[in-house]
Amino acid sequence: MIELDDVSKTFTLHNQGGAVIPVMQGAGLRVARGECVALTGKSGAGKSTLMRMIYGNYLAASGRIMVGEVDVAAATPRDILDLRRHTLGYVSQFLRVVPRVPTLEVVAEPLLALGHARDAALERAGTLLARLNIPERLWQLSPTTFSGGEQQRVNIARGFAHAYPALLLDEPTASLDAMNRETVLCLVEEAKAGGAAIVGIFHDESARHRVCDREIDVSGFTPGLS
Amino acid sequence: MTPLLQVRGITKFYGARLGCRDVGFDLYPGEVMGIVGESGSGKTTLLGCLAGQIAPDAGEVLFDTRADGPRDTLTMSEPERRMLSRTDWAFVHQHARDGLRMGVSAGGNVGERLMAVGARHYGEIRGQAADWLGRVEIPDDRIDDRPTAFSGGMQQRLQIARNLVTGPRLVFMDEPTGGLDVSVQARLLDLLRGLVREMGLSAIIVTHDLAVVRLLADRLMVMKDGHVVERGLTDQVLDDPQHGYTQLLVSSVLQV
Repeated sequence: MIELDDVSKTFTLHNQGGAVIPVMQGAGLRVARGECVALTGKSGAGKSTLMRMIYGNYLAASGRIMVGEVDVAAATPRDILDLRRHTLGYVSQFLRVVPRVPTLEVVAEPLLALGHARDAALERAGTLLARLNIPERLWQLSPTTFSGGEQQRVNIARGFAHAYPALLLDEPTASLDAMNRETVLCLVEEAKAGGAAIVGIFHDESARHRVCDREIDVSGFTPGLS
Repeated sequence: MTPLLQVRGITKFYGARLGCRDVGFDLYPGEVMGIVGESGSGKTTLLGCLAGQIAPDAGEVLFDTRADGPRDTLTMSEPERRMLSRTDWAFVHQHARDGLRMGVSAGGNVGERLMAVGARHYGEIRGQAADWLGRVEIPDDRIDDRPTAFSGGMQQRLQIARNLVTGPRLVFMDEPTGGLDVSVQARLLDLLRGLVREMGLSAIIVTHDLAVVRLLADRLMVMKDGHVVERGLTDQVLDDPQHGYTQLLVSSVLQV
C-alpha cells in the first residue's frame, strides 16, 4: 500500500549563503495492508522528515513515494489533496485548527469533507472523543483552549474518524496516561485489523513492540551516517 | 473535470512599471487558492485582472460558464461580464465600505443583490436577506440598520452575506480579514470555511497573512515583484519552502 524507492531529500537555505543540506538518501520502505511499520533512529535521524515526505508536506528531491496508485513525489497538489481526503491520514503532534470551531466538528471534519451525513459524522466523532476520555461538556468548545494532552487526543480522534487505508502516526502515545495510551493502541490495532497500512513513530518501546510488525531504522538513510 | 477557471499568461503594466507578468493557473470547483506576497508584489493587480476590474495587457481568463462552457471573460462584452459578476462571481473587498452601500439598510444591501438577478417578491427577498444575516451572525433586530452603525467585523460579515446570497460559484477575496481584531478574524475564518464547504465554492484569496492561508487555502501561489516565484500545496509551501523569497517570508512570521 505504501512503497518508497530511493527517496532523497535536501534542504537548500537560500538566505544562509545557499547552503545545501542533504538529509536523506536512498530511503526505501514497503508497508502492506494490515501492517504497521515503525520508523526508528535517534532524534534528528529523519523519522519525521520521511513521514512528512510520504504525506506530501515535504518535497522529495528524487525517488518514488507510492501510496496506493499515487506517486506523492510527482503528483499535483490536487491529486495529493484527493489522496489525503480519501486514502492517507496523518496524526501529527500538533493540532492546527480554525479557532472557535467546536471540538466535535473538528473531529467530524474529515468525514464531512468526504460527504458523510452530518448526524453520522458527529456521532462517530462523539464515540471517538468518549473513548479518548474527552469529557462531553468540552465537545462544544474549541480545542485551542485545551491542555496539551487533550489537544493530542482530539488530534488522534480526528485522525481515526475516517478509516484511511494508509495512516501515518507521529508519536501518538507520547504524554498520554496509561488509560488513554491503551485506547490509542487499541485504535491502531483496530485500524490494522481493518486493513490499514500504518507507518508510525513510537518512542514508547513497549507500545512499538505491541503494535508494530517491523522496524526500519532511518539512520540507514541519513547521508554520512550509513 | 473541467477547471472552473483557467488563467493563462496574465500580464499587466502600469506604464513602464510592472504589475504582474505571465501568471497562469487552473482552479477547480471547490478549491480555495491563496495568493501571498508583500505589498507591491502584484497580487491585488492580479486579482483585479481575474475579476474583470482591471484590463490586463495580455493573457486569458477562461471561466467555465453554466451555459457555454469555458469562455474568455476578457473578450466578453461588457454586459455579459457584468451579468457573470452578478450571478457567478463575488468579490469581497478588504474594506467593507468598498463592497457595501453605506446609505442602505443591512437587509437592503443583501436584498439588492437578489433584485439584480431578477428577484421581485418583497417577502421572499426580505426572508432570504434575514436568513443570510443569520448565517453571518448578524442579529435579527439589526436588519433595518445601516452598515454605518455596524462594527468593522459586522460590516465585513454583511459584505460576505451580500456577496454570497446569489449563490456564486467563484469568490474573489482581497485581504478579507485585514484590519480586523484577531478574535473577529477567527470568527470570520470559521464562517468562510463553513460556507466554502457547504456551498462547494471556489475561492481566490489574496492576503499577506500566512496563518489565514494555512487555514483556508488548499493551494498557494507566492508572488514577488509581479512574478509567481513558488506554488504548490499550502502546507508544503509553508513548511518546506523552496524559493529564497518564500523562505524569508515564512521565517519572518512572528511565532505566538
